Amino acid sequence: MKAAERTPDHPPLEKIPGPSAFGGSARRFFSLLWLTSVTDFRLGFHGTVLGYIWSLARPLMLFGILLLVFTKVFRFGDQVPDYASLLLLNIMLYSLFGDATSAAVGSLVDNEGLVRRAQLPRIVIPASTVLTTFLTLTINLIAVFAFIIISGVEPMLTWLFLPVILLWLLALTFGTSFLLSAFFPRFRDIGLIWTVIGLALFYGTPILYPIEVAPEGMRALIELNPLSLIFIQAHHWIIDPNAPSVIEATSGHWWILPASLSIFVAICALGLAAFYREAPKVAEEL
Amino acid sequence: MTSEHADPTATPQAAGPLSVRARGVTKSFRVLSNQSETLKEHLLNPGHLLGRDERRLVALNGIDFEISAGEFFGIVGRNGSGKSTLLKLMASIYHLDSGEIEVAGRIAPFIELGVGFNPDLTARENVALNGVMMGLSITEAHDRYDEVLDFAELQDYTDLKLKNYSSGMQVRLAFALMLQARADVLLIDEVLAVGDAAFQRKCADALQFLRSQGKTIVLVTHDMAAVQRHCDRAMLVEGGVVDTIGDPTEVADRYVEISYEEHAHSERTGGANLRARVSRIELRDADDNPVRAVHSGQPLQIVTEIEGNEPVGDLLLYVEIATSSVIRVAAMASNAEEIRNLGPGERAEVRFEFDCPLGVGDYMLRYYLSSVDEGELIQPTSQAFPFSVVKGADVGTLVAIPYGKSSRRIDGER
Repeated sequence: MKAAERTPDHPPLEKIPGPSAFGGSARRFFSLLWLTSVTDFRLGFHGTVLGYIWSLARPLMLFGILLLVFTKVFRFGDQVPDYASLLLLNIMLYSLFGDATSAAVGSLVDNEGLVRRAQLPRIVIPASTVLTTFLTLTINLIAVFAFIIISGVEPMLTWLFLPVILLWLLALTFGTSFLLSAFFPRFRDIGLIWTVIGLALFYGTPILYPIEVAPEGMRALIELNPLSLIFIQAHHWIIDPNAPSVIEATSGHWWILPASLSIFVAICALGLAAFYREAPKVAEEL
Repeated sequence: MTSEHADPTATPQAAGPLSVRARGVTKSFRVLSNQSETLKEHLLNPGHLLGRDERRLVALNGIDFEISAGEFFGIVGRNGSGKSTLLKLMASIYHLDSGEIEVAGRIAPFIELGVGFNPDLTARENVALNGVMMGLSITEAHDRYDEVLDFAELQDYTDLKLKNYSSGMQVRLAFALMLQARADVLLIDEVLAVGDAAFQRKCADALQFLRSQGKTIVLVTHDMAAVQRHCDRAMLVEGGVVDTIGDPTEVADRYVEISYEEHAHSERTGGANLRARVSRIELRDADDNPVRAVHSGQPLQIVTEIEGNEPVGDLLLYVEIATSSVIRVAAMASNAEEIRNLGPGERAEVRFEFDCPLGVGDYMLRYYLSSVDEGELIQPTSQAFPFSVVKGADVGTLVAIPYGKSSRRIDGER
């Protein structure tokens, strides 16, 4: 085929975009994100119901152990209304943040083949690990709500705010995952550092305890943690309307709520910005 | 269809509407002085952050070229020449330092067969995933199933997980995806050129198929036979710059030339402690110039020099032409009385003349010296002087024999 015989309606020359965090059309971005997330979600369960039950077993085991420890050993859970329901909900919610971020940290390196050989919007890689975990959470929440109702919590209108809680948590998880995964190819010790920080966050967030029982000296620090606000509000909306809302809980110091929200926004923005900046060069750092 | 030669009238300049235009393409990489870089180091040693100590490796330094629509364009170069970097820049995998690359329409890179295949998914699901990765919508990707699976002849196995496929089936699927790619420009890396003869044939067929579809194809390779078989034009990248661009045969000749530049033209051979040795062996053309890139049928001579050390009486020189994988193709030997009684430091020259009978490929010379009287080996078999046949009968055979032909009708003659 000779060049001169080509059709006259030849597409015009356009500068290639180069590798980037997003790149290409929005449709392609979302198609790819959705398809990879759903695929991984399905593969995670080996495509079977039994597989799903296994994936539920891990947080349930953790829940069972912690429930025993805090109701039978420390007996502190007995004083909190519907402690079992609160604990289960909190563990499931935290598992999104914990599991997704720890999977996302090394996601670019784990998918080196794709990064180095295929052209795709690179943010899809950490984003799909987060979304996969999120899909698992949404399924797990069905079990959580079944438990909550059986254990005697009255269904409330504020349950309708559940999507707000989920989106809030999802945004923070995305932001954190982007931030971590963007720098991991260059600084491989981030993975190790993050396991330690993750542990600190688990105890520094009102997951095992409601915020009211936190010691006064620690409380401001805990509330500055943007994760805490989500769990405080979830307690108020989902389990116990008498538990303090975010506004009530932080009423001791006026500056805590704006400060904590600012940290939340900063993490989300920084995560996106860092990934956007690092993405074009990431193939060279692997 | 695969032995079709590139159009000899192909112009060195791109003609017609352009499909790819690259201008001043430059790329360098950061070279890490110590392999593991950690956040801890950066925090403990903030001066490191200023990054004054980083070295950069320049991979490409101002590359310009143009490719016409529908053209089959080869990019060749030695390992480390920057050709793969160029491909990755065109594929939007690496980020350009400066310069620009423009492409008309959709570009699809095939840097490796089956990139992004998930072994736990079925063929059907992998086709969908691949399609979406190539920029199709989920619906379009689903619509493509039958087309691709038909082409791969895998319709009976669509719901089998990929990991249960034979490697041949996986390759078929990967090829089908490449051949059915809805792209205007295809970037194909040399990894396609590995494998056994049957696979090579399949690759060659695939490339011809793409060519017949009128797609613009950029093939990165160091297989000079493939360049001459398929390409309209080619470009040689050397040391991060364009060395030669234009006619594939010229580019292939030049490639072979620079590939062997590091060997001295006149090969110094070892064996100084032997009683006698071949002190020089080289391939020359009819004008007595040493050559590394030759054509089938070209008159050639192997020129050898034998140096004596201790008296050994009559010597016999035996020279072979072998492929780079040491398949011995042809042999030549000196006559018994040709090299006799070489004293210390005395030298003799032996020449073998022939018309190159070899097919396109890489070859080398092998030789040994033996003593006629004692019947023992003086210099054991050694090999030297790699060379390439870059033009000639290219149907994958080792030899190209000159032949005459005649034809006549048999029926109706009476």
